[in-house]
Amino acid sequence: MRQRGPHHLLSMADLDRDGIEQLLNLTESFAEVGERPIPKVPALRGKTVAWLFYEDSTRTRLSFETAAKRLSADTMNFSVSSSSVNKGESLRDTIETISAMGIDGIVVRHSAAGVPQQVTQWTEASVINAGDGWHQHPTQCLLDLFTARTHFGDLEGRRITIVGDIRHSRVARSNALGFATMGAKVTLVAPPSLLPSSLEGWPVAVCHNLDEALEDTDICYLLRMQLERQKQAVVPSLREFHNEYGLTVARADRLRSDALIMHPGPMNRGVEIAGEVAERPQAVIGEQVANGVSVRMAVLFLLLGSGLDVVDNNRIAA
Amino acid sequence: MAERERRLTTPNPGVSFQARTRVMSADDVSRAVRRMAHEILERNHGADQVMVVGMQTGGVALAQAIAEAIENIEGTGVPVGTLDATMHRDDFGLRPVVPEAVTDIPVDPSGRVVVIVDDVLFTGRTVRAAMDAIHSYGRPQAIQLAVMVDRGHRELPIRPDYVGKNLPTRIDEIVDVNDVGVDLGEMA
Amino acid sequence: MSDVVLKNATIVDGSGSRQGDVAIRDGVIHEVGEKLGGGDTVDLDGLVLMPGLVDLHTHLREPGDEEAETIETGSRAAALGGYTAVVAMPNTNPTIDSAAVVEQVRRCSSRALCDVVPSAAITVGRNGELLAPMAELVRAGVRIFTDDGRGVQDPRLMRTAFEYAAGLAHLAGGTAGSASGVVLAQHCEVDELAGHGVMHEGEWSSRLGLPGQPAEAEELMIHRDLALAGLTGGRLHIQHVSTAGGVEMIRTAKAAGIAVTAEVTPHHLVLDHSHCAGFDPVFKVHPPLRTAADVAALRAGLQDQTIDAIATDHAPHTQQAKECSFLDAAPGMLGLETALAVVLTELDLDLSTVVRVMSINPARIAGLDHRHGGPIAAGRPANLTVVDPNVSWTVQGSTLASRSSNTAFEGRVLRGGVIHTLCDGEFVVRDGEATR
Repeated sequence: MRQRGPHHLLSMADLDRDGIEQLLNLTESFAEVGERPIPKVPALRGKTVAWLFYEDSTRTRLSFETAAKRLSADTMNFSVSSSSVNKGESLRDTIETISAMGIDGIVVRHSAAGVPQQVTQWTEASVINAGDGWHQHPTQCLLDLFTARTHFGDLEGRRITIVGDIRHSRVARSNALGFATMGAKVTLVAPPSLLPSSLEGWPVAVCHNLDEALEDTDICYLLRMQLERQKQAVVPSLREFHNEYGLTVARADRLRSDALIMHPGPMNRGVEIAGEVAERPQAVIGEQVANGVSVRMAVLFLLLGSGLDVVDNNRIAA
Repeated sequence: MAERERRLTTPNPGVSFQARTRVMSADDVSRAVRRMAHEILERNHGADQVMVVGMQTGGVALAQAIAEAIENIEGTGVPVGTLDATMHRDDFGLRPVVPEAVTDIPVDPSGRVVVIVDDVLFTGRTVRAAMDAIHSYGRPQAIQLAVMVDRGHRELPIRPDYVGKNLPTRIDEIVDVNDVGVDLGEMA
Repeated sequence: MSDVVLKNATIVDGSGSRQGDVAIRDGVIHEVGEKLGGGDTVDLDGLVLMPGLVDLHTHLREPGDEEAETIETGSRAAALGGYTAVVAMPNTNPTIDSAAVVEQVRRCSSRALCDVVPSAAITVGRNGELLAPMAELVRAGVRIFTDDGRGVQDPRLMRTAFEYAAGLAHLAGGTAGSASGVVLAQHCEVDELAGHGVMHEGEWSSRLGLPGQPAEAEELMIHRDLALAGLTGGRLHIQHVSTAGGVEMIRTAKAAGIAVTAEVTPHHLVLDHSHCAGFDPVFKVHPPLRTAADVAALRAGLQDQTIDAIATDHAPHTQQAKECSFLDAAPGMLGLETALAVVLTELDLDLSTVVRVMSINPARIAGLDHRHGGPIAAGRPANLTVVDPNVSWTVQGSTLASRSSNTAFEGRVLRGGVIHTLCDGEFVVRDGEATR
């Protein structure tokens, strides 16, 4: 029996500060569940969650699967290889078929921005965006916020520097919004060819000088640099990119001792981050991954099980 | 307890708990705690296997009090844990519900006698959730239940092993166990 | 054909507005006056009688994509929108790049509810490599050439096309009084700058994480083609202008005497890129919806006659083609049935201006002014439309006559509806319904 209509997590714009706090607090409880000998609660027993991954992503999908299973939910996997997508079973047909099997939640990942939002019109289930093109990746942002909060407590006034291919990054868009919502000061560092054409309305500062930006930062957040970008001629070479925008050993040495190094994974060692730096204790990438399961449990529980109104999908889509 | 009951009913703004009768004084409560501690030790032939787990939030202070009483009587301490069993409840989707308080089970309950402690026993659903939750930490040899007030209206076949006071109530009444005693009243 | 007398109309054509009756005999206007009698009378009290609208830019999809639209269904949509003539775009399958395909289109137009005027591609297959056989096509009656869907990318080829077209004047002499000559109509978009852009590159594309194309992708080619038109003396028509920069360049070029005309779509006059916020592919179109400043500049351009005509760029697409990601969806939206109502509702134009930009000017540009565009006078073919400027209706894609339903105005309440449309004196739309 449904108390209210489904809500969706499509973008960090769907959550205000209170909503994020609530989600992060809930994540603490689920982190505890993960440490039990039997890390399982019946909270979503009888609910079914479908994975609709149009883009290959074993890590994110496994993280969500683990989360769902720990909540005792049933799962259905519809990972679609890109070739069958091009052959044109329409998106609508796919969603209506899945919905007809009786599901409570769909977790969607797609290489095209906006697909999770479009999916909401063809299903009664709650839709969770697991990454849509360059647009948003809200659960990644939430696990990053949780990780940061674990180390720093209140994020108000904390400085986060996001470095790399901002233009093509859903992680950058989600994190810029999410960290700013929590009161952090966000600085983007990238060459102009890797910044969005317009930063109108973005709650960020911009800088092209990584050394300057890292001077007093609390978090150095590195984005994955697609190796194909060199072929697309948006940067002269990956070597130049590493020298100007990579977290080299020299730059890492100058970070404050309590600063965190974060990365959404998987890392291209030698491109956005020097291999040696990735092994330092300041680099909390492993924690991020571990927190991913707890955060996704919180998201699944809140949307499918709790009966609470946390998300507001009527905020301006961004 | 009024607190958890309040959480579980549809919240009405402007309505709060109004006490009508004091059914137990603070002294009555401490005597009941000591008696229950004696009963626990008697039934389990000592404190060796016992661990006490207080239900969040109403049973936590009581669990601590019972554990202290056991230590005073027997001379040995017992492990004390806290448990928020929200995620093991059976009534999701019927009302908004979110775990709020800490769960801390400090030792493996396997092979032990786990005494669940709560302030008020009502429908029994919280206790069923608690038993379920405890089994994710291990397999106790036995689970026993200690409550300060049994107010009737059980919906499941659950009965307490140790009771402070049996108190027949109307379904619309509320029982509030606080630091000055136990009050009976309603939401108004 | 029965004789008809249209009575008590408010007649609006190129010479202004007046009250009167119009008597039609054998498909031709017999007399315009007061208190006319004889024949089937139709009372037009409270309604506006204008020359039938002419659309310079319609995609009828036949041959090749009949799932989305056929010439018959498209012409029915046109007639219901008040159009008595539409210029059919050549990006069909096969492309209209030979007399044979022109003939095929003409054959399929036999049951049409309006005049269907084929345009032809500038290059073979619209590939941008070889010139299409323009002389053959002009002999087959084509006057407008366009690679629409794409612009001609190679400037040398475009120059050659202009020069060659200018030499076809002797074949393209107009029929009794219509404008002569051949027009090259360009969909101005530099492919390399536009890249994979699916919307306007700016504030919204950045926020939504969608690849965009900058205004310069259009402006650069407008600039180039104006220069080439000047160089060669050719006639250029700029299709669906969408940028403020483009409007400004056309204004300057006209002042300098370049033979250029321009069209704008109703959607570019009313919608902007913020409509893409919900990722609804119905708003995906080339050229894309741009900024509020561009919309304002386009409206100003229409007012000061820098832009000559409103053309729909009616682009029907099946649900399948639109029910996918914004990135993959086919670009384009319907336009024929909503154009006039959108113009009457959303723009502040008087009726004479509406008639000028939706009938008179497009008829002249297409070389159809011997049959369409008015004036409403004795001797002229009876290609007319009757409009109720006050009727209110809600746009519903599923009930439109087009085979497709991809309208960007879904749910909008519009003021202004077509009551009757006459093609050569025959009622193709009567009392708001198509007669066949």
